[in-house]
This record gives sequence, structure tokens and C-alpha cells, in this order.
Amino acid sequence: MRKTHEKLINENSTRLDGRKSNQLRPIKIEVGTLSNADGSAYIEQGKNKILAAVYGPKELHPKHRALPDRALLICRYHMAPFSVQERKSPAPSRREIEISKVIREALEPSVFVEYYPRTSIDIFIEVLQADGGTRCSGITVASLALADAGIPMHDLVSACAAGKVDGQLVLDLNDIEDKEGEADLPLALMPNLNAITLIQMDGDLSINEFEQTLNLAKEGCKQIHALQKDALKAKYAAVKEVVEEK
Amino acid sequence: MTSSITVARVKQKRIAELISHGKRLDERGLNDFREVQLEVGVIERAEGSARVRLGKTEVMVGIKIEIGEPFSDVPNQGVLTVNAELVPLASPKFEPGPPNENAIELARVVDRGIRESKAISTEKLCIIPGKKVFIVFVDLWVLNHDGNLIDASAMAALAALLNTKIFNYEIKDDEIKIKPGYTQLPIVDHPIAVTFAKIDDNFVVDPWLVEEQVMDARFTITIDKDGKICALQKGGYGYFSMEKILEAAKIAQQKAEELRKIVVKG
Repeated sequence: MRKTHEKLINENSTRLDGRKSNQLRPIKIEVGTLSNADGSAYIEQGKNKILAAVYGPKELHPKHRALPDRALLICRYHMAPFSVQERKSPAPSRREIEISKVIREALEPSVFVEYYPRTSIDIFIEVLQADGGTRCSGITVASLALADAGIPMHDLVSACAAGKVDGQLVLDLNDIEDKEGEADLPLALMPNLNAITLIQMDGDLSINEFEQTLNLAKEGCKQIHALQKDALKAKYAAVKEVVEEK
Repeated sequence: MTSSITVARVKQKRIAELISHGKRLDERGLNDFREVQLEVGVIERAEGSARVRLGKTEVMVGIKIEIGEPFSDVPNQGVLTVNAELVPLASPKFEPGPPNENAIELARVVDRGIRESKAISTEKLCIIPGKKVFIVFVDLWVLNHDGNLIDASAMAALAALLNTKIFNYEIKDDEIKIKPGYTQLPIVDHPIAVTFAKIDDNFVVDPWLVEEQVMDARFTITIDKDGKICALQKGGYGYFSMEKILEAAKIAQQKAEELRKIVVKG
């Protein structure tokens, strides 16, 4: 493994970007940013900049893909060629295909898909800039886009990673911590139901560390959940103001 | 892919009911694997190979070794490439064509286990730093699909890697010359994947096809030889509670140890 930095956490237990071990990156969320989509949202989490749009429920083509008892969720996670240090080919990579699948499976438990048989709900996640943890930021922002589209949901899905860096358990890993750290565990949660809808991990954790990391990620998800709710409310507060002025 | 509609409701109900009483349709216990049959060195043309039968599920793995260029960020390490093919003869649901998301996920989950446990000492696969390294191609060939392709493929991949020999070589005037004889591929860890299916609120180990068709979600835990977790993957449309996940991790640790004895002989 290449080591560009001697240490990712210094003796004052501060990380390279100045955070403490259990601290999230600065997060900015906006809901309803795109006019064409039925629902949309934008998130900045550290240097991650991600847009999500939802179209649907709508008629599904080709029709034979339709499900008789529920809506088909279609999810595309995609990274812009300029989103990373070395230009990424715009064609979907194997990584993007896998992430699209796990994000779809993370969001589907939150949606009342049985309300819209034979339709599709299309979710597009476009990563404009990536700095680690984009699948989690992508889930967080896509869940808001679903809510913005007015699709009935059991709960918002909030996602956050935790992991091990320089032997310490840390929350919300950025790119260098993800690449050079010892473990990365992305988690997606429906916080009101305590239901885990995505869990992945790569690295090296004992069962004990695994339990602690899981709890750390869960706390991160809960903090993000609060920010999601604020962002949704902010959109409607803005709409209310406009209406009252008239 | 929703395949749940292909299993009759009455059968779904029966399976769930049995499991809630600690029983399964094929008479296994909730934490029992199906019988594992393992053959290695089945393909003479490949540098390494193995065929695993997990109940009726059957996966062949062939390893090919080639000389190629390293990645620029790790110039002195060999390269691991895992690819999976859901061969159309293995199931009426598999179709010819480029790998779909299920095949890609299967390959990437197996890859993650091998890579994250650092099972192959890739530094030893460097021939000329920055220029020439060995590339290890692991091809997972699914021959019969009766559920739990991940665990069967991971076992077959490990068995094949343990059975892999690299041709000897010497460097003369910056050129690589192949010499007679073979050296064992350096394998230093033994990752084992253990998959659970969640049916209603219960977990069962090593789901077979019918259980996969009725499950809410699956959860794979890959355990390295020290009993540590090196990879996780959730699949399917359901969700889990924290408690169930932690419980599964402990069961996986124990199951991995049992399976490792079968895959790693001596």
C-alpha cells in the first residue's frame, strides 16, 4: 500500500482535514434543485458534490419489465469524468453497476412500491465531485429526491460510513482515509425503524471492532437524518414564504 | 430481479413457517451448510482450477496467469482480476450476453474477500518493478445454480488459488524468458464467505434456490484465517436489525472455520 502521508491521525487525535474521530464532514443539502425532475436534491459532504433526481412513478418501457404487484425501481449511480483526479471514462464501470444495484436495494425498502404496480420509479445519482463515501452521500440525497417527488415512504434513508484509520475507529471517511485506512463500512439506515438497508465492508475488523464501527456509523446516520429533515422543511418554508407574499 | 412470484404463496408460507420452528424444507438446521464436495486441478490447461459442489450448486474456477503491466500507483505488485460468468446452461434464468449486475456483484464480492484479506502476496508477483508483473485472472464459472453462488464461488476461488502454479522465469537483458518448472502461487490467507438469507425475521445459513426466491434479503460475511471480518455485502430488498447482524457475525466466524478445514487441506 502506498503511503503518501505518514499519519492520517495526529497525536492530538485530529484527522488530516481537522476533524475529530466521531465528527462528520460539513454537510450542505438542498431539496428541489432541478426543475424538470419530479423530485431532486443536491448534497455537499466535504468535497463530495452529488445531484439526485427522481422521475416517476411513470409508465415503464419496455412493458415486459413491469411488475404486476409493484413499481420497478431503476437506479443509476454515475460519476462524471471530471469528478476524480484521473479522468474516469463516462461508460459505466463494474463498480458503478454494483453500486447502482446496492443503492437500489438500500432505497427500495423505504418506498411503498406496492402502491404503484406496473410503473417505474427512476432514480438518477450523478456524482459531480468525489471524495470518498459517495455511495452513502448518494443514498442520502436520493432518498430526499424520492421524498421531494412526493412518493410515499416508510422513512427517509440516511447513510454514512465508519471505519478504521491508523488503528482508530472514525466516522465518515474521506477519500484518503478510505484508500489508506484499514477498513471502511458504509451503512444505510431507516432511523425511525432501526432498519439497516445497506451494509458493506472491506478491510479488516475483529467482531468487537465491527460492533463498535456499526454503532458509530449508526450515530452518523442519525445525525444525517436530522439534516435531511431540516433540508426538506427548508424547501417548504421557502415555498410558504413565496405564497404568503403574493 | 424478482423471482419471488415463481414460488407459490403456499410454499413461501410453508418455508417461513418451518424456519420459525427452526426447521427447513430440505431438513437442514438453520445454521447448516449443504454438503461441500471439492475437486482441484480439474483443468490441466489452467494454472489453477477447482470445482465446488455445494448441494446441487456447482461452480468451476479456473486461474490463468499472464505477464502484464502493474497499476501505476502500486508498481511493485501483481494484479488480481476476478470475473464471473452466469453460464446460460446453469439456470433457466441466465441468458447469454455481457455480465449483468448479478454477475458483476458476485465477482466483486469474491474479489473483495481475496483482496481485503490480502490472501495473495502480490509483492511476490512483481517481475520488473513498474514494468512487468504477473496478472492473476480468476474466472468464476457458474455451472448449476441452486442458490448461494457467493459462498460456493468464494470456496472454489480459494481452492483454485491454493492449487495454482506459476511458470518459472529468468530475466536476461531485460527480457523475460520462461524456464521449465513451476512455483506455487503465494497464498497467505484463506478468506471464507458465509451467506445468510433473511426469511421473515429469521436468518438461515447457505440458502438454496427456493429459499433465495422467497428471502427478503441476504447478507454475506467474509472471514479471514484469524477470524476477523474482511468483507461484507447486503443484497436484496429487505432490511436487517442491528442485533441480527451481530448475531450473524458470530455464527459466520464459526461456520468459516468449519468450511476452511474442507477447502484448505493440510
